[in-house]
Amino acid sequence: MNIQLIQIVAIIFSLGIFVGIVDLIRRGMLKEQYAILWLISAIVLLILSVWRQLLDRIAYVLGVAYAPSLLFLVAFVFLLLIVLHFSVIISNISEKNKRLSQEIAILKTMFEQYAKGEKNEYRKDI
Amino acid sequence: MNKVLVIMPAYNEAESIQGVIAAVKKEIPQADILVINDGSRDTTSHIAKGLGVTVIDLPYNMGIGAAMQTGYRYAARRGYDIALQVDADGQHPPDQINYLLSPIVEQRTDVVIGSRFLGKGKYHPSFVRNIGMKIFSTLVSLIMGKRVTDTTSGFRAVNKEVIRFFAQNYSEDYPEVEAVVLLHKAGFNIIEVPIKMEARAGGKSSITPLHAIYYMVKVLLAVFIDMLKRVER
Repeated sequence: MNIQLIQIVAIIFSLGIFVGIVDLIRRGMLKEQYAILWLISAIVLLILSVWRQLLDRIAYVLGVAYAPSLLFLVAFVFLLLIVLHFSVIISNISEKNKRLSQEIAILKTMFEQYAKGEKNEYRKDI
Repeated sequence: MNKVLVIMPAYNEAESIQGVIAAVKKEIPQADILVINDGSRDTTSHIAKGLGVTVIDLPYNMGIGAAMQTGYRYAARRGYDIALQVDADGQHPPDQINYLLSPIVEQRTDVVIGSRFLGKGKYHPSFVRNIGMKIFSTLVSLIMGKRVTDTTSGFRAVNKEVIRFFAQNYSEDYPEVEAVVLLHKAGFNIIEVPIKMEARAGGKSSITPLHAIYYMVKVLLAVFIDMLKRVER
């Protein structure tokens, strides 16, 4: 069995990502829900780095001449997914941030009215 | 007796807001006025408070859509029957407010838009702006199957159901055109009334030439997406 240098580099690299992510989660710097895609990509890259026959097989089916370059394709696809995931999360957070800011501004004005003793009807259901 | 709220979004309108508030008060003294101060860096908020109207100070500049929606959320909370959008820059003439209000008071429709292109007054937009407005009104007219002449007009009145709808559905920037499409999809009835609009009393349009292209693309995209959306009342 001959192990090429590229395979060792790939294994170390994907192992490094995996350990790094787990450590970030452990230290509370990365929430599990945002780490799932990262972990899956690290595990898939690790499997493909270790299991050379699988990588060769997929490369052959896809018509990729140099099998290790398939790792770049896989990594690229996962990065695209991760970035898209982040865009969705950012949109969600920005909508929530807008709602929060609107609520704070409304509450501040209503509080001032209340402090001044203005009586106004107030609906709780909206 | 209908409770009427005049929602007045304002961003750096210290020059004009005093005159606009005074004119609105004179025209409809029974209405409450709510100024949404969208993170102005000048004395807009201070002047409005001094005139005794309600002011909501947004914590940062959130854009016209988020500012308007804040007004609608407040109106919904306070149980207003009618909300009226009037710009703080003086381009919406307060003496025309009753043309917007009466169709709502008489329950003839859900939404009234003050149109600059229905005969009254002489509003001449610049060449580029004119083309943009034509594109929007043609598109919206096609979608609605009914002629709409002024989709970018922010001079509008809406009833209680629409207040509650807008409290939940209002886009963040350049919301006017999209709001018309969303209202249509939600099944609300919209009519236009002719309005004679003034030149702006102070400040400048929120749409600079640099933003014009972004404006067009964003609105067109939003309208197409809205067509694919499920809108619930």
